[in-house]
Amino acid sequence: MTVPPPSAALHAPVPSPTRQPQRPSGRQRAFAERTVRKIRRRRAANVAMVGLTYLAAALATVPLVLILAHLLTKGASSVGLDFFTQMPKPVGDAGGGMANAIVGTLIVISIAAAFGLPVGIGAGLYLAERRGTPLATTVRFLSDVLNGLPSIVIGIFAWEFLVRPVRHFSALAGGIALGAMMIPLVTRATEEMVRTVPTSLREAALALGYPQWRTSLTVVLRTALPGIVTGALVALARVAGETAPLLFTAFGNQFWSTALDEPVAALPLQIFTYAISPYDEWHAQAWAGALVLLAIVLVISLVARFATRARYGGGGD
Amino acid sequence: MVAATEARTVAPSLAAGQGPSVAVSPARVLTDGLGAFFGQTPAVRGVSLKCYDRQVTAIIGPSGCGKSTLLRCLNRMHETVPGARVSGRVELLARDGAAQDIYARTVDPIAVRRHVGMVFQRPTPFPTMSIRDNVAAGLRVLGRSAPPRREVEEIVERALRRAALWDEVKDRLKGSATALSGGQQQRLCIARALATAPEVLLLDEPTASLDPISTQRVEELVYELRRDMTVVVVTHNMQQAARVSDRTAFMLAGELVEVSATGDLFTNPRDERTEAYITGRFG
Amino acid sequence: MTELAAPARTAAGAPALGTGIEGSPVGDRIYRVSIAAFAMAVPLLLAAIAIAVFAAAWPAFRTFGPGFLTSSRWDAVEGAFGAAPAIYGTLVSSFLALLLATPLAIGVAIFLSEFAPGWLRQPVAFLVDLLAAIPSVVYGLWGIFVLVPLLRTHVMPFLANTLGLGRTPLFSGPAYGPSMLAAGVVLAIMVLPYISAVAREVLLAVPRSQREAALALGATHWEMIWGAVLPYARSGIVGGVILGLGRALGETMAVTMVIGNRHEIAASLFAPGYTMASLIANEFSEATGDLHLSALMAVGATLFAITLVVNAIARWLVWSVSREGAP
Repeated sequence: MTVPPPSAALHAPVPSPTRQPQRPSGRQRAFAERTVRKIRRRRAANVAMVGLTYLAAALATVPLVLILAHLLTKGASSVGLDFFTQMPKPVGDAGGGMANAIVGTLIVISIAAAFGLPVGIGAGLYLAERRGTPLATTVRFLSDVLNGLPSIVIGIFAWEFLVRPVRHFSALAGGIALGAMMIPLVTRATEEMVRTVPTSLREAALALGYPQWRTSLTVVLRTALPGIVTGALVALARVAGETAPLLFTAFGNQFWSTALDEPVAALPLQIFTYAISPYDEWHAQAWAGALVLLAIVLVISLVARFATRARYGGGGD
Repeated sequence: MVAATEARTVAPSLAAGQGPSVAVSPARVLTDGLGAFFGQTPAVRGVSLKCYDRQVTAIIGPSGCGKSTLLRCLNRMHETVPGARVSGRVELLARDGAAQDIYARTVDPIAVRRHVGMVFQRPTPFPTMSIRDNVAAGLRVLGRSAPPRREVEEIVERALRRAALWDEVKDRLKGSATALSGGQQQRLCIARALATAPEVLLLDEPTASLDPISTQRVEELVYELRRDMTVVVVTHNMQQAARVSDRTAFMLAGELVEVSATGDLFTNPRDERTEAYITGRFG
Repeated sequence: MTELAAPARTAAGAPALGTGIEGSPVGDRIYRVSIAAFAMAVPLLLAAIAIAVFAAAWPAFRTFGPGFLTSSRWDAVEGAFGAAPAIYGTLVSSFLALLLATPLAIGVAIFLSEFAPGWLRQPVAFLVDLLAAIPSVVYGLWGIFVLVPLLRTHVMPFLANTLGLGRTPLFSGPAYGPSMLAAGVVLAIMVLPYISAVAREVLLAVPRSQREAALALGATHWEMIWGAVLPYARSGIVGGVILGLGRALGETMAVTMVIGNRHEIAASLFAPGYTMASLIANEFSEATGDLHLSALMAVGATLFAITLVVNAIARWLVWSVSREGAP
């Protein structure tokens, strides 16, 4: 087979195109310009929208910064040792403290925990172990419903059952109202954490001869405990700041009281009373109280997140 | 309660390296027409298998053949899965010489599990307990029959020694069990199972998640354990079965195809399905 | 095997397998019953709350009938009560809050999930979420002493005079400060973190394939979000908004401290008003007589019912999206 020598191909004449390239017509140029403009517009729109979201983020953080700033500037001056150790002073006298309210808050959230934690953990265990049954699905749904109820409605409930029949306000009623608010949060936290415990752990315990109940309580629950404690503390922080349920249960108290069956002061209540009063000294106290309350809430939340990192080893069941 | 006159094995001719020849030994655990179901689906069909005392019995077979399910029937773990059930009998020969159907109505599954220990595929130390407490975990649930405290320390040490873990952890018994390596954790689980002095030890693919060195140590361990207990090992690794066991059972699709002395099974399988499996024609 | 202690189990006699050790079936039953009992506490509690509220509200409903919900008259002396202003105020303040908060919350969510540079993401998210941790009474305190004066001195005159909106009914009338507008703004700040959190989750759940398909077609980053991501996340975001609505409806303390507490239906946002929750909080301790109390309870019952419905819708929306949206 004969192959034409390469040089022949290289030197072969180039066929000319059927049409010469022309200058772009007016219409083609307009189209190109419009396209470029459109793309520029789209790019500009992109930048504008991105900028808007930056603006949204900035705007969203402004209130927080403002609130914190005001709390610090208006409240810090009144927060001293006195604030934590002294009782409220009568109207007209500057200074004093909210010792009774701080202790009252501690009392009320302790009652809330005593009531809300066992129920929440028990219900959470049930939801995790009986997942998929109609009762479990219903309870989970109702727990969410309970979570969304206005806190004042919970206060009404506690008032109706715990205050009205005995005709007096009490720390106990306030604590139970707050405990009822804690239940859905603790339940969800428990259920989620128990579900993260691998089945293999459960099986290992069963294979050793652990009864089911012991497996659930001493192996599964123990393993899930750090997460549950976190959830419980977060719930506690949330109810510590609640005022509405305490309005007609714990009611507030200008004097020192630690009895469970008497009205008790609480920080949120005290802040409210002082804030809506006409007295400047009380306003200053309200700011201080708000600062302390926010600090307590934040500290509990932070403790929840950091102090319950897994600490294992040592101590059997 | 049946008198313990089980069929005795005449010492099979063992291929080299298959462990000490045992003259006679009773069947420590046996199944009789055992069926296991997940709901309606059978996973084990009519299996009759004898595992002899002071021997290692290996169960091999392709994935899904039901070997793990069979194993879990031996300590009544199968029924912990919702919807699972068992038919047939499983007899356990207790140390005092009395054999009993562990699925009898009067038998408490928890009691069974204290006589028959189990080690799982993935090491599962209890993460909230120390090493010492992990090993002693099985003892705590004995309640009234639990050994007194000072004895517990001795039991823990002996169990850890038998599991070849003592030297590595003796200085940090209070430390967290999860700080150990995978191989150490698995040996810890073995020690934990040994602490309750079970008659039978079940191992479900115990080296599947371990590195080769740890695998080797566990295999040596299993080989040693035969001195005074009955061991049943499920493995998907035929070479492992050949290394550690005295008898091997081959399962396929829920049925027991063949069981014989390990050497015989691998060199002279009677059933053609067995031969197909061990020559690698299917996995 | 003699080296490992063989405890008294076998010494107890031959049928060592036959004895239930520690009566574990009993233990198991007690455990199962206990946790079921704790679980049942939830529906029981809810039922108790419903009973408490509706039982206490019944006298008022019986006396006033459905007209209770439409009457604007609230006269403790005459014994005539109507919840219309409170219902109106609740709805208006909540919707105003949503109007202000939703664009902002979605903007923040988009910022955090799409555009934020890595170092900025955590701090901003943290700050926005922190808004949810501030107690309601602290918002109220800040509202009284900072927000309301701000509105009165700057914002309201700006809207009425500078923008000339003072002639429209929405921004007419005297601007003393405590107002529906103040309540709406405070509520907006309070529900912002909730809407933003849900929106963020939903946006992150949009599968990569959706985003990549849009980008491959030549869309700009924003066009991808607007055209591919947001529509996909739409029902989840709506669910988050309705969740925020549920929270706004029930908010008590912050609202009662800035809304002016007046039984009045006014068109202007500058006018004071009432919400159901703030009405109960405000008048409860001074309720004169049983009918007054029962009227307050009836307001509570109405609030209970509305919140129930709204939250159920919100949960259903968020739940139905999280089922399909998982990448």
